Amino acid sequence: MTVLDHTITRVSVDEVTGYTSFKLGSFEFRRDEYFAHITWPKGSHIIEIDRFLRAMVRDIGWGFFYGWIFFDDVFGTTNHYGTVDVFAGSYDRGCKEAGIDFLETFSAQAVSEAFEAISRDWISNGYDPLNAPLETGTPIGPKGEERTDPLLRAFIAADRMLGLEGDKPVRSDETGHPVNRAFADLTFDTPDIVCEHGFEGQLHAINLFDHIARSDVTWNPSISAVTRANICCVTSEEHMLPVIHGNDRNEWFIQLSDEIHWQIADKNSGQPRGRIVMKAGDVCAMPADIRHQGFAPKRAMLMVLENGTPGLEARYASGELKPYPVDFG
Amino acid sequence: MAYRTKLGRLDCYEKGEIVLEDDLRKYAFSNIFEVAGASAPFERVAVVQNLDYVAEVVRSEGTSPWYAAPHDEFAIVMDGEVTFQFIKLEADQVPSHEGGALRLGGEPNGPRMGLVGARRGHQVLLPHGAAYRLVSEQPSVALIQTVEGPETVKRWTDICELGGETAQ
Repeated sequence: MTVLDHTITRVSVDEVTGYTSFKLGSFEFRRDEYFAHITWPKGSHIIEIDRFLRAMVRDIGWGFFYGWIFFDDVFGTTNHYGTVDVFAGSYDRGCKEAGIDFLETFSAQAVSEAFEAISRDWISNGYDPLNAPLETGTPIGPKGEERTDPLLRAFIAADRMLGLEGDKPVRSDETGHPVNRAFADLTFDTPDIVCEHGFEGQLHAINLFDHIARSDVTWNPSISAVTRANICCVTSEEHMLPVIHGNDRNEWFIQLSDEIHWQIADKNSGQPRGRIVMKAGDVCAMPADIRHQGFAPKRAMLMVLENGTPGLEARYASGELKPYPVDFG
Repeated sequence: MAYRTKLGRLDCYEKGEIVLEDDLRKYAFSNIFEVAGASAPFERVAVVQNLDYVAEVVRSEGTSPWYAAPHDEFAIVMDGEVTFQFIKLEADQVPSHEGGALRLGGEPNGPRMGLVGARRGHQVLLPHGAAYRLVSEQPSVALIQTVEGPETVKRWTDICELGGETAQ
């Protein structure tokens, strides 16, 4: 794998829309009022701008996450944990057969800086791609007033468990996180913690549902508890996952409330395999050989269990580990 | 617009569906409340397995044995009410097996640390270095994030959707 020593460059500013176009390696990025346009030496691609920006800010915020992040069936990134592939058509049968697929590898920092520069220029005040569509404005149209607040709300990652002294806090009114409108029908109480003398502070519990209900972002998980390398992530999901995720390992979904519809496809070809509807209490594995995209008609609470063991991606890629988690004997 | 949030309970839940041109065993689709409904009290039935790691469904009903693990565990109450009672272990009492909860022979010697009363949606730390037990007056459900261990029960064929009728 050749890692290109390239960084983002500004190409020009469109006189009509006011947006800047950019170049990273052989990829060029341009936007107009409705669409992002991506070109590379052998081809070009168009993505609706809302979807493009929702995908891009999450890709940066997640640190490129585990494995493949497809912005759509054609364009996306693959995380190699230090380096990142930017690809077009590399996992799309049509593009492969037409011979227009293209992939370049950069340092993760170069891609992160590039995507941040593009997002910063292409997102105007009044639009926040981390919010649900009902809770924000539109990215459509010419460049508007520049946003001055941070584009990204960081992935909250508890070291041991949320709310422990010295660890990340749980969300509350005091942290500026009111309960989301979609969970206003729920009542939230706090666990009863009674410590004997001498053990004050050694017992701990939180209202996890309250923490999730106060999330001000969608499809943006945060870590609530860690057992060795086993990571419990929680998130509130509304509308559609703006990327298609192809994991480099097995992961598990536990539906805590409401329902999410998942479309499942083959990871390498994009060939559809079917659908899964998860309702409250359902548990389902997402094997390492698929890509998945979720749709939540009403804001829903989801828990994701990930195995963060370093080097796991190579063991799955080599075939040492099966791309599914359970041996039925 | 007023929203109505749907949560599951042991006696009232609606299961989703899995419709795939694939081997459904690869997805191990199950439901926490369905598993708890078919479990004996305090069986720790795996519904998630990620190499060494598992999540276990526990039907909490009455008083459980005492457990301890050589690492932190975490419990989320999914229905009902569970009181978690804790006893501090000396270093030489902490289990040294590879991982997962170990059932202790009885109440361990050691000072009582206190208790946590948890209801639906609460996440409880089951800390390394402490023994714990669960107490519920009414049937309740907890999901425990842990490592596969001697108490882990695997009934994948019974609990998972395999195509057609659920085996359970």
